[in-house]
Amino acid sequence: MTAIRLRGLTKCYGTDTVVDGIDLDVRRGECFGLLGPNGAGKTTTLRLLLGHTHPTSGNIEVLGYGIPQEARAMRARVGVVPQQDSLDPDFTVVENLYTYASYFGLRGADLEARVVELLELASLTAKANAGVLQLSGGMRRRLTLARALVNRPDLVILDEPTTGLDPQARQLIWQRLRSLLTTGTTLVLTTHYMEEAARLCDRLAILDRGRVLALGSPRELIAAHIEPRVVEVHGPGVETWRLSHGQHLASRTEQVGETVFCYTTDDQALLADLTTRPDLWFIHRPASLEDVFLKLTGRELHEEPRK
Amino acid sequence: MIDWSLPSLSGRWIVVWRRNLRVWRKLAGPAVLGNFGEPLLMLLALGYGLGGFMGQVNGLSYLAFLASGVVCSSAMNTATFEGLYSAYTRLSVQQTWHAMLCTPLAVDDIVLGEAMWAATKGTMSAFAILVVMVILGVVHDPIAILALPILFLTGLCFASMALVVTALAHRYDFFLYYSTLLLTPMLLLSGIFFPLEGLAPAIQMAASALPLAHAVALVRPMVVGAIMPASLVLHLLVLLGYTAVALYVSTVLLRRRLLA
Ligand SMILES: Nc1ncnc2c1ncn2[C@@H]1O[C@H](COP(=O)(O)OP(=O)(O)O)[C@@H](O)[C@H]1O
Ligand SMILES: [Mg+2]
Repeated sequence: MTAIRLRGLTKCYGTDTVVDGIDLDVRRGECFGLLGPNGAGKTTTLRLLLGHTHPTSGNIEVLGYGIPQEARAMRARVGVVPQQDSLDPDFTVVENLYTYASYFGLRGADLEARVVELLELASLTAKANAGVLQLSGGMRRRLTLARALVNRPDLVILDEPTTGLDPQARQLIWQRLRSLLTTGTTLVLTTHYMEEAARLCDRLAILDRGRVLALGSPRELIAAHIEPRVVEVHGPGVETWRLSHGQHLASRTEQVGETVFCYTTDDQALLADLTTRPDLWFIHRPASLEDVFLKLTGRELHEEPRK
Repeated sequence: MIDWSLPSLSGRWIVVWRRNLRVWRKLAGPAVLGNFGEPLLMLLALGYGLGGFMGQVNGLSYLAFLASGVVCSSAMNTATFEGLYSAYTRLSVQQTWHAMLCTPLAVDDIVLGEAMWAATKGTMSAFAILVVMVILGVVHDPIAILALPILFLTGLCFASMALVVTALAHRYDFFLYYSTLLLTPMLLLSGIFFPLEGLAPAIQMAASALPLAHAVALVRPMVVGAIMPASLVLHLLVLLGYTAVALYVSTVLLRRRLLA
């Protein structure tokens, strides 16, 4: 069963092609991640899914609804956690939930029970009557998540749900998302935190300049795109070492600033050599999603898009 | 790609209206005080103070003349402020409309809900002035109640016009163009503070091309003359025409802006 089906999805703004021919299927019940640097087109892709902007070309189906034509009916069954905070600052926590529920036409005893449940889920029961402006960043984010669940959605779309949060607050959101997955809810989230993608997502697509560069589970991506071991070397002689030794001992090396990254399937010879070099420091570790990401999207800085 | 289709008129706007009412209720104390206090002071000062020098205007006491005009400009000002500053805050600072668009609501519902809400607020402030006028003994015929729907329409008209401006705004300062270049001249030349008849014909033409003078022409006879206005249908058509066009244009512009 597919929750989302995209075919040849393209969006141009003027001469910029921001989403460039994306084909994707998100399965029901999975957590699907869109991973990409700033300006990759993640938010635009989500806006296309929600019917918030019309595609230049291509096909979108969400929960079986044709988008944008049937976006209204689709949105009744979807929850959204937007990138930008849109809580109502004039309202308390519960008033935010009730007001948002009213946009879905929800009311009555059913809703009251749901609100109690959601406060519990967001760990905000004690803050039920607090004004939104008194909440911490993590609490606001949890309230936004609770708000997105008010209509018991089959699919929840989250745009950078944990950006700007401290590690504790982030962990708490992850826990809630995992418990949503156990109830069969489909999740689609964007992130630029590799750890988040690796821990949470069943599958993910790495996106850059509006294109899908790679698609698969975090493990599959690492296996398919990168050598399993990484040795990071730095120190005064690292540049000459790279040319004389590193290059030959590793399958691939790359220098970023003062550090040489060596990618290899077998790091024994490399490590043996490095232990004889008191002028070089090194770390060896398994390859991670971040290595895949940097390999595919490049190491140069992606500037924040101007808004 | 611009969506030029006519606004879809469904009943969903009511939840947008209710949201704004809920916020208003939380802050209603000072708002109500402002609604009553300001016009009361102004009517007392100008109506009695200035009126003492003026004698009768168009067969009315100056207080009655002024108050029956200010009722209209109050509906206009309140609805305009709500459609400009408050709506813009919800559009850009608070992202309230973006949140609504993540639910089954559409831009058309939001625009209609906002316009109806601003018109409601405009009517509330006009109603406060009517009450003040009753207290001051200027209004004594129940026919004045019939002015309320007209005042609501006046509010809706100016709310819709304000939403057109808001749809184009990227900062609050932008609203000064609208208020300085259009609203204030119109306010001064729509027969609220003095009769239009003495003015140059060109100015009279300009005033009658704009909606406020028509609102005044409808409301003044009802509230202080205890009679139904002449050319009722013509004045109504002007107000309805402005409302319909502004509602359409603001919907198209906001669709373009929010669904880019
Ligand atoms: N409404 C718009 N008009 C013009 N350009 C836009 C618009 N929205 C997004 N873009 C551009 O599209 C690109 C992708 O943006 P976005 O989808 O927000 O990226 P991400 O969410 O991955 O950071 C950026 O270069 C951005 O400037
Ligand atoms: Mg984004």
